[in-house]
Amino acid sequence: MRRFLLRRLVHSIFVVWGVVTAVFFLVRLTGDPAVFLVDQTATREEIAHTRHLLGLDRPLSTQYLEFLAAVPRGDFGRSIRERRPALSVVLEHFWPATVELALVAAVLATVLAVPLGIVSATHKDHAADHLSRLASLFLQSMPSFWLGLLLILLFAVELQGALPAYGAGTWRHLVLPAITLAAAPLAQNARLVRASMLEVLHNDYVRTARAKGVPEGLVLYRHALRNAAIPFITLSGLSLGFMLSGAIVIETVFSWPGLGRLIVQAVPARDFPVIQAGVFVFALVFIAVNLTVDLLYAVVDPRIRLS
Amino acid sequence: MRRRRDRAAVLGLGVIAAAVLVAALAPVLAPTDPLKGDLLERLSPPAWAPGGALAHPLGTDTLGRDVLSRLIHGARVSLIVGFTTVLIAGVAGVVLGVLGGYYGGRLDEAVMRIGDIQLAFPVLLLGVALLAVLGASLGNLIFVLALSGWITYARIVRGETLSVKERGFVEAARALGAGDGHVIRRHVLPNVWTPLVVVATFSVARMIIAEASLSFLGLGVPPPAPSWGAMLDEGRNYITTGWWLALFPGLAILLVVLGINVVGDWLRDLLDPRLERGI
Repeated sequence: MRRFLLRRLVHSIFVVWGVVTAVFFLVRLTGDPAVFLVDQTATREEIAHTRHLLGLDRPLSTQYLEFLAAVPRGDFGRSIRERRPALSVVLEHFWPATVELALVAAVLATVLAVPLGIVSATHKDHAADHLSRLASLFLQSMPSFWLGLLLILLFAVELQGALPAYGAGTWRHLVLPAITLAAAPLAQNARLVRASMLEVLHNDYVRTARAKGVPEGLVLYRHALRNAAIPFITLSGLSLGFMLSGAIVIETVFSWPGLGRLIVQAVPARDFPVIQAGVFVFALVFIAVNLTVDLLYAVVDPRIRLS
Repeated sequence: MRRRRDRAAVLGLGVIAAAVLVAALAPVLAPTDPLKGDLLERLSPPAWAPGGALAHPLGTDTLGRDVLSRLIHGARVSLIVGFTTVLIAGVAGVVLGVLGGYYGGRLDEAVMRIGDIQLAFPVLLLGVALLAVLGASLGNLIFVLALSGWITYARIVRGETLSVKERGFVEAARALGAGDGHVIRRHVLPNVWTPLVVVATFSVARMIIAEASLSFLGLGVPPPAPSWGAMLDEGRNYITTGWWLALFPGLAILLVVLGINVVGDWLRDLLDPRLERGI
């Protein structure tokens, strides 16, 4: 267990190093932020002075080494647009806005998928099953941002503002973005729960439980669902990562003040420090989620030994 | 059950074939020039809606361009991007996966570690950052999406290669004097292609959606060229005055992606029942 954690930690550090290095060089290829900071009439000297103030005139290797040394301290430099520490700007957008949105969507996608998948499996090839599978297929086949536009069209335009189309602040602002973000993972989860339940329900221990008179509800939840949970946990982990990614577009659709939208806006503004800090936070969350998923396996299925 | 799936797959294939046909024959099929607008006819609703005209069956956009014609031409971008990215990513992934799995060693280690780093990057984030560097164009869009996709194929192929190369028939072939090239071509590749075909099919659908998302963020094929994602981006700003602008391009994406997904489901059942539980 301890060795497992240690190995994963070393691996995680390696991945984070790779991500920040890739981003460091990537953003420097996008162009010169100094040009954006001065007004259009600025002379070449003024631009050069701005570059100097930002430290962009030093050799790339020096910049890179200083950058690497500063990352463990959480120092990504100051946001070029907002002129304060980039990591604080990023964290303000990450928490609570993006976390709130992703968590509510993840809970929606999980809580609704389990009963849907179970009903589908226990009523295989009946109307309820067909309906739920058809709905899943549709939800998986549409771009999530388009679903968002349709929801805006319905709730904000046709129903004259039954729910707000953009902004944040109250729970009502959260409804449409959360549903939009949850839709595709919900469909995927429901399909997966159905498939694993179908597989598990054939097993002898389920037949035994039924034979000895265990009520059907208990058979499903205690005997079947627990054994069907492993692939579901994997997928939930993956879909949380997917949600962070999806948040990039969904936040833009709903003008949700989260990290995804911040990064989308920072790229054309060439706000290097914010892009670097934002991608760093994304990568950390992703790695943490994956690690949690691996640890959860052992909790759900004691037969799995972490090594 | 089986028969219903078969029927759905035929329908899906029909949709894909129709989309390919529409894309190929776009200049013939489109009623008007997709780039030419008439400002006097801007934001004209679809023909059946009040105020609509038969000249523009699906209405016009904010510059007075015919929505139907733009949709027909937009099919080209979606299909070209969907199929070429999967082809490029697939070939690159298969080559790296087979080499890594077969020979192991440093190359294998390097490929898998780069893959690890890349998987910690949300695909869209990579796309947004790279396209900001490279500039928005069809070629760059394909490059960026292919770059984000190769790792999936590499992982699958590597895993299969690792297991195939230990099997008896590979050992037998080697004992008979077969070289590496022969073993890879005749024994490894034929054994890895089934999961690949299934994954590649779903990936075409995913790439079409990814293209639409990047275009929606303004990072796709530059305007005025029509693409479904970019049309949705334009439609978003006129959602109160021109609902059709936000509706039809999305319907087009839904239809094509649905067709591909149905065919993918069918292929999965047909080729590899073990994959049923997969993602």
